[in-house]
Formats: sequence, structure tokens, C-alpha cells
Amino acid sequence: MTEYLQHMINMLILGSTYALLGIGLTLIFGIMRIVNFAHGELYVFGAYFVYFVAVLLGFNFFLSLLFAILAGCLLGALIEVALLRPMRGADIDTTMLIMIGAMIVMQNTEQYVWGGVAKSVSTPFPETPLVIGDFSVSWLRLFVFFAALALIAAAYFLINRTKLGKAMRATFQDRDTAALMGVNIQAIYMATFAIGSSLAAAAGALLGPVYVISPQMGNIASLKAFAVVILGGLGSIGGATIGGFILAFAEEMGAGYVSSGYRDAMGFLLIIAVLLFKPTGLFARSERVG
Amino acid sequence: MKRLLPCIALLALASVPMWLKDPYLLNAFVTTGIFIIAAMSLNLLLGYTGQLSLAHVAFFGIGAYTSALVALGFDVELVGGIRVVHEPWPVWLGFVIAILVSGVCGYIVGKLSFRVRGAYFVIVTISFAEVVRLVALNWVELTQGPLALTSIPPLTLGLPGLGYFDFFSKQSNFYLVLGVVALSYVIINRLVNSRIGRAMVALKENEWLAVSVGIDVTRYLVLAAVVSAAIAGAAGSLYAHYLKIIDPDVFLFLYTVTMVIMVITGGKGTLAGPIVGGLIFGFIPVVARSFASPELQWILYGLFMILIVFLLPQGIVPAIEKWFGVGEEPREPGATKPKLQDVP
Repeated sequence: MTEYLQHMINMLILGSTYALLGIGLTLIFGIMRIVNFAHGELYVFGAYFVYFVAVLLGFNFFLSLLFAILAGCLLGALIEVALLRPMRGADIDTTMLIMIGAMIVMQNTEQYVWGGVAKSVSTPFPETPLVIGDFSVSWLRLFVFFAALALIAAAYFLINRTKLGKAMRATFQDRDTAALMGVNIQAIYMATFAIGSSLAAAAGALLGPVYVISPQMGNIASLKAFAVVILGGLGSIGGATIGGFILAFAEEMGAGYVSSGYRDAMGFLLIIAVLLFKPTGLFARSERVG
Repeated sequence: MKRLLPCIALLALASVPMWLKDPYLLNAFVTTGIFIIAAMSLNLLLGYTGQLSLAHVAFFGIGAYTSALVALGFDVELVGGIRVVHEPWPVWLGFVIAILVSGVCGYIVGKLSFRVRGAYFVIVTISFAEVVRLVALNWVELTQGPLALTSIPPLTLGLPGLGYFDFFSKQSNFYLVLGVVALSYVIINRLVNSRIGRAMVALKENEWLAVSVGIDVTRYLVLAAVVSAAIAGAAGSLYAHYLKIIDPDVFLFLYTVTMVIMVITGGKGTLAGPIVGGLIFGFIPVVARSFASPELQWILYGLFMILIVFLLPQGIVPAIEKWFGVGEEPREPGATKPKLQDVP
């Protein structure tokens, strides 16, 4: 029982970051119809950015998290303008190939710049974990959980309560009508990609200090983000949030009770199962955003 | 002209081991040839049916592992204490079984994943490839996991009256690979120029319309997946017996990407496309290794891929055909192709 509850605590922490990754990806797919293979690379970018600012430049840890999120936002906007804007209207396979190209370039640039040795970031949190009864959880992980929840809440607020969010939802529902109503579609696309990217960078920035940072961690992050999005239904933010926790639950259970080697396989088995039995995802009635 | 060109190309390539003695370059030819076979099989799906399958490396790897395991033998205990012992079999049998097993896997994956299209299809196929990679990594009893399967014997061929011939040297492997390339070319050529091939192209151009004139979509897509997977399995088997060592890294996503780049660059939906694209991308590392580290080479690959999609979305071969005015059939300019995209 204790073991089970400990798994649940881990699940909540892991799930919150998966949800962040998934929300970013689902926004981009829902609104722009782009399968963003570079999503995991923005996650890695966020992690390395924290390492760069906090460790190499010696800034405050919390400040460097903020910088990483902003940098992710900028990089996302740049990718959108440089690679996706010229190919507007191309079919989904074409943009997918471009994003695969971008993924290869980014991943190997990280490898080139930072080398193959994994980097770690020290944090201002105490080394000794918080112990309540039989459970223990490190302060850092606790912080990651609450920071991720705050960011998820911010994303909700942005989509559902702001003018930009309204324009994004309108674009999702009907691009042409939204344009006729005076929504600047180009700006919405750029904002969407930038926000999605900054959420991925935020997930990387938060998880980077928990684990170690290496250029290859983007591959698995992209695939996990896909899993989360498929679970929740493409385009559904609520679905992505719950999907993140379901994936984390499946992984914790799989690693804890089946075999730790197959931890990463759980997500893919879930994807395959969901797409075969309920292709619209577990939560979306039809494809939607918001 | 159209028929002569492949024969001239084949003869030109067949002469290579006679004048090229550098083992490094010959090795590059052999591995490039193996990837060209895989890219040709991917082209059947990507180019002719229009489905971007990212599971291709899984069939390649399954072929490699199957072939190696049949030739090496194994001894595993399955769930429930059932022990399966396999004594080593002749290597050529491994090659045949690899093709069969990959084909069967192609059937299963096709049957399951062609229920969805577009982005969903891509993600199902990539998930399948990752699951297979994790199995290869973790089922240590069968695959040795990260320790790799080693000392895989070279492919041998028993000819009646002539005794056994083993493909050990680089020269013999070159001709073996060239033979399989030619054979795959002929098979794919026959397939795409048949009724079946026309049905596949019809599916790619307009799936709704194809369905409405009575083409059984899933049947043709699955057929394409089976043939494609079987050829990829053959390529994997050649790879295993040529390198003589195989580890779970053969399932890496980057290998799928390499095949996709070869097809896209050469020209998807053309017979020569994967060969041209394959030769280009097979030899970029040979040229680039003198001045660029592996990371830089990959950065170049990625940039090249983006550039090709931007500048020559149809690929090199159609561009050349257009240049010389020998295009297969006039392509209607800018025709929009409504697909069943993203309709699960």
C-alpha cells in the first residue's frame, strides 16, 4: 500500500510535466494542423537554457527558469516565421517533413554545442527530502509539481479568458471565418507556435534539474508528448492535461509492477490501444481546442 | 530509353568492384545499397499509396534480428515455463524466414494502423517502431539486449553441383546487394504498373473518389504494407549478415529518417527516386567525414531535407525528367488532392 501511494506521488509529479508538454503540442496541432516533431527539442532547449543561465552565467535558479520559458517562446516564434510561414497551405505530410528536418538540426546542434556528457543543474532546494509518515518526496519535485500546475492554469486562463485565446479558439473552429471577422491569422499562428514552444521549454526547464540533461532526451519527450495528445484527443487542452497524468500513471505502474525496462513502452502501447479503439482520444467528443 | 536506362545503370554499377579497390568506398557502396533497398520499399508506401509510415525501421530491424537468430539459434523461456530451443539453421533459410516474418508483421501493422490516416497513422507507426526497439533492448534472453548479437555468419548459398558459396568478401556482398536491388526494382516496377499499382495511386490522389469507384482501400494499402515490409526485411537480413553484428540501435528513429530523406530527395512515387536519393545520402557521409564531425553531418542532413522540401518538393528525379521533357505522365499543376487526412 505504501509502495502504491509512493507511486501515486511520483505519478502526480511526472504527470504534471507531461501535461505541460502535451498542452503545447495539442495547441500547435489543433490550431495549425502541424505535427511538431521538434517539440521534444524545445523541451531539451529549455533544459539546456536553464543550465546555461543558472550554472554557466550564475544567475538565480528561479530567474533562469523564467528566462528559459521566454527563450522557448522566442525560438518558437522564430521557427514559425522561418520554416512554417513560407509553407502555409502545404499538406500535413510536407510540414511534418520540415519539422523532422528541424528536429534533426536542433538535436545535433545541441550535441555539437554541449557535447555528449550529460549536464546537471544544482538547485537551491535542500537535499534531504520532505518526509511525511512513510512517504518521501524531494523539495525540488514538489516545486516542479506546483510550478507545472501554475503554468497549466496560466495556459487555461490564456485560452479561455483572454482576447488572444478567443482569437485562437475562433481560428481553430473556422480559420476563414475567423479571418473574415478581423482575426490576424498569421499573428495567431505565430502566437500559437510560440506559446506551445514555451510550454515545452518550461517542461524541460523544470525536469532538467530533476534528471540530467542530454541531447537525446528530446526524442523520447516528443514521443511522450504525442502519447499525451493522442490520449486526450488532438486539440483538447483538458484532454492533454488528463492524458499527461494517465501516461504517468501507466508508466509508474508499468515500471513498478511489470518491468522497469518497459517503462517507456507503456506510452506507446497506450497510443496504439487508444487509436485502435477510440481514435478521437479518450476525452474529446470531436476534435476541439480549449 | 525508359527501359534502357535502368539496364545501363545496372551494368555501370556492376562494373564498380572491378575498378574500385578501396575497401572503405566498397563498404560504403554495400551499406548504401542495403539502405537503398529499404528506401525503395518505403517508397512503395510513401510514394505510391501516399502513407508516411515511420515504422519502416522496425521491419528492417525485425528482418535483421530474425535472420540472425535463425542462423545463430536461441534458447528462451517464455511465460509459463515453456522453453523454446532453436538449433542454428542454414543462413539462406534465415534470409527467407526474415522476409516472411517481416511480411507478416507488415500485414498485422497494416491491418491495425490503416484504420487511421494522416497524423494519426504516422504516430501509430512510430509507436510500433519504438515498442519493437524496447523489446529488442529488454528481451535480453533472446536478443542479448544492448550487448548485441555477435558473430552472425555470412550469407551462404548452396548451388547444386557447385558446392557452397559464402558472401564473405566485400565484392561478393556488393553483387549480392546489387542483385537484391535489381530484384526489388523489378518487383516494385511490376507491382506499380499493374492494376494494383494503379489502384494504389488512385488512393493517393483521391481516396474518397477511389472508394466510390469500388476500390477496396484497406486491401490495397495492406498489400502495399506487406510487400514493403517484406522487402525491408530482406534489406535488414542483408545488413545483419554483412555487418555480422546487430544491436537494438538498428531500430533508431534516425534510420527511418534516413530512409525518408532518401525517398523524398530522390522523388517519391518514382522508381528511380530512392536509388538516386539513396546514392546521394549514402555518399554524403563519405565526402563530409573529411571535414565534418558526425553531428555536423547530421545538421547538414537536416538542412538538406528542409531545403529539398522547400525547393524541390517533388524530388530530384521528377525535376530532371521535367528538365529533359521525359516525364512519365503530365502532372496537373497545383492540383489539390483532398485526402482523408486527419479523419480517424
